[in-house]
Amino acid sequence: MANITYIEANGQTTTVHLADGWNLMQGATANGVDGILGECGGSCACATCHCYVAEDFLAKVLPASDAELAMLDNVAAERRPNSRLACQIKASAALEGLVVHLPETQE
Amino acid sequence: MSDTASSPAPKVVGVVIVGAGQAALSTAEALRTAQYTGPITLLGDESTGPYHRPPLSKAWLSGEMDAGQLQMRAPEMLARKQIDLRTGVRVQAIDRTAQTVTWAATEGEPGGSLSYTHLVLATGSRPRTLPLPGADAGGVLTLRTQADASALSEGLARCARQGLPLVVIGGGFIGLEVAATARKKGLAVTVLEAAPRLLGRVLAPALSDWYAELHRSHGVDLVLGAQIAKLEMGSDGWVSGVALANGTLLPAGLVLLGVGAVANDELAQAAGLACERGIVVDACGRTSDPNILAAGDCTARRLPEGSLLRLESVQNATEQGKSVAAAILGQERPFTATPWFWSDQYDRKLQMAGLSAGADQWVVRGDMAASSFSVAHYRQGQLLAVDSINAPKDHLTARKLLDKGATPAPEHMADPSWELAQALA
Repeated sequence: MANITYIEANGQTTTVHLADGWNLMQGATANGVDGILGECGGSCACATCHCYVAEDFLAKVLPASDAELAMLDNVAAERRPNSRLACQIKASAALEGLVVHLPETQE
Repeated sequence: MSDTASSPAPKVVGVVIVGAGQAALSTAEALRTAQYTGPITLLGDESTGPYHRPPLSKAWLSGEMDAGQLQMRAPEMLARKQIDLRTGVRVQAIDRTAQTVTWAATEGEPGGSLSYTHLVLATGSRPRTLPLPGADAGGVLTLRTQADASALSEGLARCARQGLPLVVIGGGFIGLEVAATARKKGLAVTVLEAAPRLLGRVLAPALSDWYAELHRSHGVDLVLGAQIAKLEMGSDGWVSGVALANGTLLPAGLVLLGVGAVANDELAQAAGLACERGIVVDACGRTSDPNILAAGDCTARRLPEGSLLRLESVQNATEQGKSVAAAILGQERPFTATPWFWSDQYDRKLQMAGLSAGADQWVVRGDMAASSFSVAHYRQGQLLAVDSINAPKDHLTARKLLDKGATPAPEHMADPSWELAQALA
């Protein structure tokens, strides 16, 4: 379980209490956070749940798989070193306090 | 009085969307993103709002997700976007002259009607059934909805308790994904496919063979060229077996029919809209009535050369929804991008780009034994489609190539050290 904070491109900030096993895409869409689409439902197939992980948390998040790294080539907004797909990050106690920023666009 | 002489202001009636699945949500959200301010109403016949269907055959069926994780949008987000979701509503008729839709009363829900400025049909599809003797037995299921998946999950649990096998009729994507999930749960699984190979209408022969081996290596009893005579029913009214035409009787604790889907176009047909294996639309989702549009699994898109394209995919639902929203606002946003699709079975992800029908040459890129490779389909030297297994980079590049109409030479395609992106230049 972890408290995850989403900061939308317009500054709107939402903190969500996320159960273990839920991924960050689900945490956003189930809690009224705008700015994440998650069109494929979390299958690492559409690249519409792009987020930027706050630098001080990068070391705590499990690294991206090859499949995720490949799909990140397809994000609509600028890809940065801290770009991730929210559906590939699962909540756990280690991520308590995690902050992710959402891009201007997902499509 | 003077105001009786003046013409009334145009009445804002709004957009009514029949359906509350992915295409319906995509349409509604795209309208709001484009600053459409009129009323938007979703009329869904299921008991829930929009949810993700792809996990139903996989993570949801495995019990790894709860209902909250399946839902696409929180109710408060729909409310904030002023998208009015009404569930349990089965629209029965469209009056195109009066521009209204009507529905009958159901348990707990009164009947009603609604006027529209624009009507969007996002009615989806339903699983095809087979007129097999015994198909009305208990435990003969199909999979489309969350309720279907719950029934399937209970059926699989019953199989596990009684030590009975699951028999899947149809070696398509749904059937094979459920077979993989059931094998992961440790159930005995038989897959019956009438054709001589799996997924024969979309995959290259070599990839069909690869899938057959994948399932067999995971313990699935796969029967190709299977001809089914009837389903056997026990005294409890529950299916007990599947009898093949060659006399073989396969025991079954549960039967899943995975033999394709049929577009829900009856409402459109009854209203006199052009329908042909689906509601006929152009690339912008317009039907034969200027005030009615359609998106998603229920549609059949008329291509410029005149043929019809039926796609049932997440991409088709979301992209047609966006095109429909634009068309309502008087803008052209044709959906003509390369079709893409995926399927997860065991730990292998298939990603398909393009349409392979009519291929006369297949080229393998990578090592099929290494489980990361692609198979490209060519027709008369032109690239048609690329199917990638655990090779997302190939897949994404293929989408770009096909969008541009670019064709890497087959000998380049066959050489994994040759960067496919070079053909984009």
